[in-house]
Amino acid sequence: MAAATDGPTPCHRSVMGEPTTDGRFGEFGGRFVPETLVAACEELEAAFREAWADPAFVAEFETMLRDYGGRPSPLTECRNLSSQLGVRLLVKREDLNHTGSHKINNVIGQALLAQRMGKTRLVAETGAGQHGVATATAAALLGMECKVYMGAVDVDRQALNVFRMRLLGSEVESVQSGSRTLKDAVNEALRDWVATVENTHYCLGSVMGPHPYPWMVRTFHHILGDEAAAQCKDLTGGDPDMVVACVGGGSNAAGIFSGFADGDARLVGVEPAGGAAVGRGVPGVVHGMTSYLMQDEVGQVMEAESISAGLDYPGVGPEHAYLAAIGRAEYPSVTDDEVVEAFTLMSRAEGIIPALECAHALAWIVRAAPEIQGQTVLMNLSGRGDKDVDQMMDVLGMHGLSE
Amino acid sequence: MSEASPADRAGTFGALETHLRARRDSGAKLLVPYVTGGYQGWQRAVEAAAAAGADAIEIGVPFSDPVMDGPVIQQASTAALADGATPASVLEEARELDTGVPHAVMTYYNLCHHQGHERFASALLDAGVCAAILPDLPYVEAGPWLEAAAETGLEAILLAAPTTPEHRLADLCGASRGFVYAVGLLGVTGERTALARTATQIAARCLAVTDRPVLTGVGIGSPSQAVEACEVSDGVIIGSAVVRTLMSDGPEAVGELVASYRTALDHG
Repeated sequence: MAAATDGPTPCHRSVMGEPTTDGRFGEFGGRFVPETLVAACEELEAAFREAWADPAFVAEFETMLRDYGGRPSPLTECRNLSSQLGVRLLVKREDLNHTGSHKINNVIGQALLAQRMGKTRLVAETGAGQHGVATATAAALLGMECKVYMGAVDVDRQALNVFRMRLLGSEVESVQSGSRTLKDAVNEALRDWVATVENTHYCLGSVMGPHPYPWMVRTFHHILGDEAAAQCKDLTGGDPDMVVACVGGGSNAAGIFSGFADGDARLVGVEPAGGAAVGRGVPGVVHGMTSYLMQDEVGQVMEAESISAGLDYPGVGPEHAYLAAIGRAEYPSVTDDEVVEAFTLMSRAEGIIPALECAHALAWIVRAAPEIQGQTVLMNLSGRGDKDVDQMMDVLGMHGLSE
Repeated sequence: MSEASPADRAGTFGALETHLRARRDSGAKLLVPYVTGGYQGWQRAVEAAAAAGADAIEIGVPFSDPVMDGPVIQQASTAALADGATPASVLEEARELDTGVPHAVMTYYNLCHHQGHERFASALLDAGVCAAILPDLPYVEAGPWLEAAAETGLEAILLAAPTTPEHRLADLCGASRGFVYAVGLLGVTGERTALARTATQIAARCLAVTDRPVLTGVGIGSPSQAVEACEVSDGVIIGSAVVRTLMSDGPEAVGELVASYRTALDHG
């Protein structure tokens, strides 16, 4: 751990480098899965290392992200919000990717890897439905069978994405156990994988879970951080003053942070107030990893509560716990009310309807604006808000708007 | 084979393993029912199971995210949690039990991690529990827990799965205490209509590398399946069948169910 905090040395190692051989980022991470899955995680790690070292695999991945996924995504300077807030706001437009979010990067990577490993079936968990839709999309493209687990609460509030997944040919199972949200969908996907590990790959949607997932998923999202770093340099001549992204499990934040972690930019991961795993700072072990985890006084995992289904997760990826512990990144939280305001603000000021997830990032920027006047702020706009408009009609009480 | 603990070298085992070895060496097939602690009537179910011929009892401490459990045990865990069950309340009730057979706790690692390994192990021992099973803590991550349990005197039971590679199996069986829990199939807890072929394979692989008792669990749904599993293993763990009976027919019916397994195992 000391090596990472001592800053650049002659044999410089990236702050967001490879985890230890036992899958640790500092004290976080690991492989806390039932014995049945240990061998599958080891097999996956070996396959990923081998594939990622193969230029042909990387070329296929990058080509597919370009020709099918629509990469690179643009960097947009938000002039209206910039003048309103007194900062220079740049947004990385992951909302413009195929399927509407950054999730496609990871899913293409994992689906190609699964095929390479001879797996014929994908299972996935989803919260807001973005990862589920992305997985269903990759499965359709590559001719794989796919089953997506989604908490019953989320099935209700994200009906459009449920239909999208079914339209794409995937089975969607509404999970009725526990709090019936994302954490329970993860449990159910793990239970499926325990039973089907021989022909099935668990296409995990965030930088969480057992080793190698946190590292592998982040690696598939490096492309967005690398693009953003190059685009910022072209536009402003260097790194921004700060990089801001929302954090549930933390995949979009990990992707964009990875482009800047070895520089001087301040890294800010914004959690929902009702799902502030890092903010509460209690280590725990669930879903295959040691990380910060919202739990009660005896260690039962608590239900996260957020207006955004995609951030409704009581844990956080272990690398974020590490970045917080060493002080490289900070993890403030915002309330649902602030998020709703930011959602409306971005829609009206820039003509961009953001996903509720990334509205968290903007909400923090709005709150912090008085203290960061004149700074260049890069925000990851990780997904588009179309999936949220139905829910927001209820929240905003604008059913009569069109009349 | 694998490294032997000081206790192993001295030929002294914990209370659970001593009991199970003696029963096995007398020719009996071992029967270990699982009951979800904190579920209404669970203490009477445990006592009925013991009276009906169980060799040890596995007590579930309900956890919010039971990733290795199928629908039946999930339902019981959720109901127990809703009734206010906590690790402390279940252990308090476990302390009151007088069954004459050893008790093991089955729960998930975060409850142990949260309390601290030593304190967790001590709390179990204080409640008269002599062993623990943590199904989401695999052997590769279990080092610190195994050390703490050994120091405290609690028997830490490890699970071996059909997918456990040969190079790890002997070490795993060597490091387990109490018995080796052979996971009978690829899947979570719950009864199946037929015994999986993997059940006999994994038990046989374990028995080839250890003289510790090997019990097969996960997926055993009838006395005849238990008999079949015992053709290659030292005994069986029955969980979902017991919990289903407790939930539908109450604690006394659990005694009848366990008796039917006992009879089948004793008379083949």
